Amino acid sequence: MTNASTTPTILRHNRIDLALWELRPGTGRPLLLLHGLGENASTGIRDEMETWEGPVHGLDFTGHGASSVATGGGYFCEILMADADIALQHLGSATVVGRGLGGYIALLIAGARPEQVRGAVILDGPGLHGGGPAPTSLDLNRPPHTGSTPDPVAMTELARDVRPPDYARTFAWQASALAEMDSVIAIGAVNRPPWLVEVASQPGVVECDLATALALFGRAPDASPRES
Amino acid sequence: MQSVHAPPSDDTRSYPGARRPDRNRRVDASGVSLAVYEWGTEDAPPLLLAHGGFDFAGTYDVFAPILADAGWRVVSWDQRGHGDSERSALYQWEADMRDAVAVLDSITMHRVPLVGHSKGGSLLTHVAGGIPHRVSAMVNMDGIPSRRAMPDVQDRDRTKLLASDLATWLDLRHGMADAVRKPGTIAELAARRGRMNPRLSTEWLEYLVTVGASREDDGWRWKIDPTLRMGGFGPWRPEWSLQRLADVSVPFLALLGTEQELMGFGTTVDDVRGFLPPGGRAVEVPDAGHFIHIEQPAVVAGMVLDHLDGVAA
Repeated sequence: MTNASTTPTILRHNRIDLALWELRPGTGRPLLLLHGLGENASTGIRDEMETWEGPVHGLDFTGHGASSVATGGGYFCEILMADADIALQHLGSATVVGRGLGGYIALLIAGARPEQVRGAVILDGPGLHGGGPAPTSLDLNRPPHTGSTPDPVAMTELARDVRPPDYARTFAWQASALAEMDSVIAIGAVNRPPWLVEVASQPGVVECDLATALALFGRAPDASPRES
Repeated sequence: MQSVHAPPSDDTRSYPGARRPDRNRRVDASGVSLAVYEWGTEDAPPLLLAHGGFDFAGTYDVFAPILADAGWRVVSWDQRGHGDSERSALYQWEADMRDAVAVLDSITMHRVPLVGHSKGGSLLTHVAGGIPHRVSAMVNMDGIPSRRAMPDVQDRDRTKLLASDLATWLDLRHGMADAVRKPGTIAELAARRGRMNPRLSTEWLEYLVTVGASREDDGWRWKIDPTLRMGGFGPWRPEWSLQRLADVSVPFLALLGTEQELMGFGTTVDDVRGFLPPGGRAVEVPDAGHFIHIEQPAVVAGMVLDHLDGVAA
């Protein structure tokens, strides 16, 4: 078995260079790890993933790890969903595992690309709550512009991104309706912000630990080609 | 030497009452360079003026001079990705708000009146609630989203989404790095803009091309970042802006055009009434569409000046 690569693949997302790391080689459907707020690609690898046959990849979100900083900020979760989409395009399809903020992004991308995401696992981690279900008090302080990661502006903005439960439900519903899988989202998180409470009650969503979720999604067939 | 019979050069247009800013400068907003413009004398009391989405400060070339001539130092800026301000990697509401604060910081730490149109009006209304100690009065010119659309704010105007919308949006982001605006003549660019601004005259739209587009070898191009798009989706909903309206503690005036059109928010005085801050007023500008300050600059400037009367420090 070869070792994990020590340099990332650089993928272009508009004006941002994204770093996609192969954390562990393998043959079969890839596992794509999405990190929590302020973390980076290598944060999420866990012992439970050792039995996963395919390669394990980790993506550094915009403003995190080895990915570039969005100067002046402007971060929001749908942009990180597009980051994940760029990684998915490179990988073809994947089972996605997200921690905290990355767990919410895993839900979004599962709803947006139901043919390519073969199961999404939502785990605890920083940024799971976001800015809550509705806007809160404004914070117009300007975080410092450092140019380094994790970008303080990303930390500020993504900690405030509003996550209404009915919005999250739409993504869960779409993933479940279009992915052609019995179960498409697994919740392994102890914490339950309002968006996740809502998602947990949707069809196609199961609550289980990471090992169980990986066993479940590892058996799931690839999607049939989409009829257009 | 130019013949006296030569046609006018293709790169200038004039418009009755239009006056370019008296001063230009740059402000650094967390690494994004913003183009800032001022009309009026430097020692006059300052006022901050914000343009709408897909506009630029030059759209105030008639309106701002009226306020300046009435004794104000009118400061405006091109929002990130618009006009001569730098294009950024990402665009988002709170980033635009912090840019507004960066411009405000460059003027004074004392209270100033805020005046904004469309997205700029909504933006400054939020700012007025977020930093009340920096604001003396607020005028929102047809910039209150209600339950209907907010077409000039990207990524924020829709709660309902469909798989195909999401896929389309994501697909666009794969190719955006190479996006460029389509070149054309002054008349062509004016006609393109005219589709979004059907109530504005060709003369005005052609003038705007000469201050808001750049002339390149293959023609004129609007300066706005080609990666900015109208519409989109996201968790945001218009009523959240109405709730911010109620936060405002300074004298508040909303001016609403009565003629509904594509770029407008479709908000009526009835929509706004329940959310007005104490003492706040919402007033209709009759026979005006969304661009009330361009259709009726003298009338609207008069209403703004009346509202600000007595506010100056």
